[in-house]
Amino acid sequence: MSLTRTLAVVLRQAYLIRGSFSRMFPLFAWVAIDMVLWGFITRYLNSVSASGFNFVPVLLGAVLLWDFLVRVMQGVTMAFFEDVWSRNFLNIFATPLTIADYLGGLILSSIATSAVGLAIMLALATTVFGLSFLSYGIMLVPYLTILFLSGIALGIVGSAAVLRMGPAAEWFIWPLPALISPFAGVFYPIETLPTWMQYVSAMLPPSYVFEGMRAVVEGGPVSLEAALWGGCLAVIYLLAACWFFTRTYRYAVRTGLLARYSAESAA
Amino acid sequence: MRSTSTTAAPGDPVQSTVLSVAQLRKSYGGTAAVDGVSFSVGRNEIVGLVGPNGAGKTTIINMILGVLEPGSGTIRVGGVDIAADRSRALQNTNFAAVYAPLPGNLTVVQNLRVFGLIYGVAGLRARIDALLAQFELDRFRNVKCGVLSSGEQTRVGLAKAMLNRPRLLLLDEPTASLDPAAARDIRARIHDSVAQASTGILWTSHNMYEVQEVCDRVLFLSRGRILLQGNPRTLPGEHGKESLEELFVTVAREPLSLGER
Repeated sequence: MSLTRTLAVVLRQAYLIRGSFSRMFPLFAWVAIDMVLWGFITRYLNSVSASGFNFVPVLLGAVLLWDFLVRVMQGVTMAFFEDVWSRNFLNIFATPLTIADYLGGLILSSIATSAVGLAIMLALATTVFGLSFLSYGIMLVPYLTILFLSGIALGIVGSAAVLRMGPAAEWFIWPLPALISPFAGVFYPIETLPTWMQYVSAMLPPSYVFEGMRAVVEGGPVSLEAALWGGCLAVIYLLAACWFFTRTYRYAVRTGLLARYSAESAA
Repeated sequence: MRSTSTTAAPGDPVQSTVLSVAQLRKSYGGTAAVDGVSFSVGRNEIVGLVGPNGAGKTTIINMILGVLEPGSGTIRVGGVDIAADRSRALQNTNFAAVYAPLPGNLTVVQNLRVFGLIYGVAGLRARIDALLAQFELDRFRNVKCGVLSSGEQTRVGLAKAMLNRPRLLLLDEPTASLDPAAARDIRARIHDSVAQASTGILWTSHNMYEVQEVCDRVLFLSRGRILLQGNPRTLPGEHGKESLEELFVTVAREPLSLGER
């Protein structure tokens, strides 16, 4: 793996974002809108709830963490889609660039773009709606790490799917987080779900984050084992995602799909 | 215009061979797109790869570039087997093709920087400046590639192809979309560039005048096989034809008359 080649992929993405309002705007606009929307919803719920339960860290915090995962995933897929949209596969893959270089570049690009979204969300949630991330304590670090790894894995799987199925498959990729969120227990405890859905939840790293986050806010015991298991699952999924992308790339090279990508089929 | 280099002959030492292709095959379904092709390209040599549409030219180029896996056979660039060490083999290779323009949403200099980093070009800033001057692209330095004319985009593609001073340069119809004056200009620039860098070139074209003008050797491809090869200036006469174009038409229409099995 070459750092210079990896940075070339990042530089390309930086050039594109720097010179394009339509790429720059979504980095902060949609997460800011989410914070404002859910911020006022939690304020309203706090005002009508007789229990005195503070919805801000549970609901607004959950939205923030979930949006972070989505931004990380989109950071990877957006960087990949740039090569799809500009029909650049032949140019980019007929070079010394390795798959590790390429994926490394997508991941670094995602770190940069998702950090912008996270900073905007934190600024809005804390200054306008009084969300204190200190209330999550030290567990915030492993929780963000698990969500980051999960977002990267999801982004790489999505990119591999588009590489395999063609540019039109992009529309399968955008709703992926929405497909996962009911199982991840973003807004409700996992025990709310029917048993079969709970089995699926147990296999999803983000579900350990949101369960843990609720436990922290409610002052209950925090399971370090659960966080560790969630972290291990996230690492396994990330490695599996890289394997899947590599397999898909090799398939595309073997069948001629890469060289004739616009045909969306090797046959 | 024509190179004064020598044509690589069988048995030449490995050092003088920049590309060695042996028994290359690729099939799609039951159809052989490339069927047992072997050839080499020597340093300072320009080899023309010609043949009718669908003969297998681009398939061969894609396999040399590592974006298409051969069914069987070996490809060595500078002695490095592309199947064993693709990244190292491609470090010394580059290409330009009319169907693979650089991303139109980046400026000329941005594209050259990105690809320069990928190829690990030393002294990249100076190299880019030199290429911009050489291909008369200085005034387009900060212009997005997508708004350039075909000829300008071709020159940018060639500047990218020369970035890493490749030992092997693959040019797939580099002048296909250009008017005759622009095509002549491009041929001269390619020739000047490769003469300085001891590059070997594999050049596909449907323009037989161009092949005759620039190539030291020509390979006629038909139905995935090399049917004829030789000096493009003497080959027509050897087969009773008046011109390379006439020979091409015969290869395209009546390959059996020229000895295809």
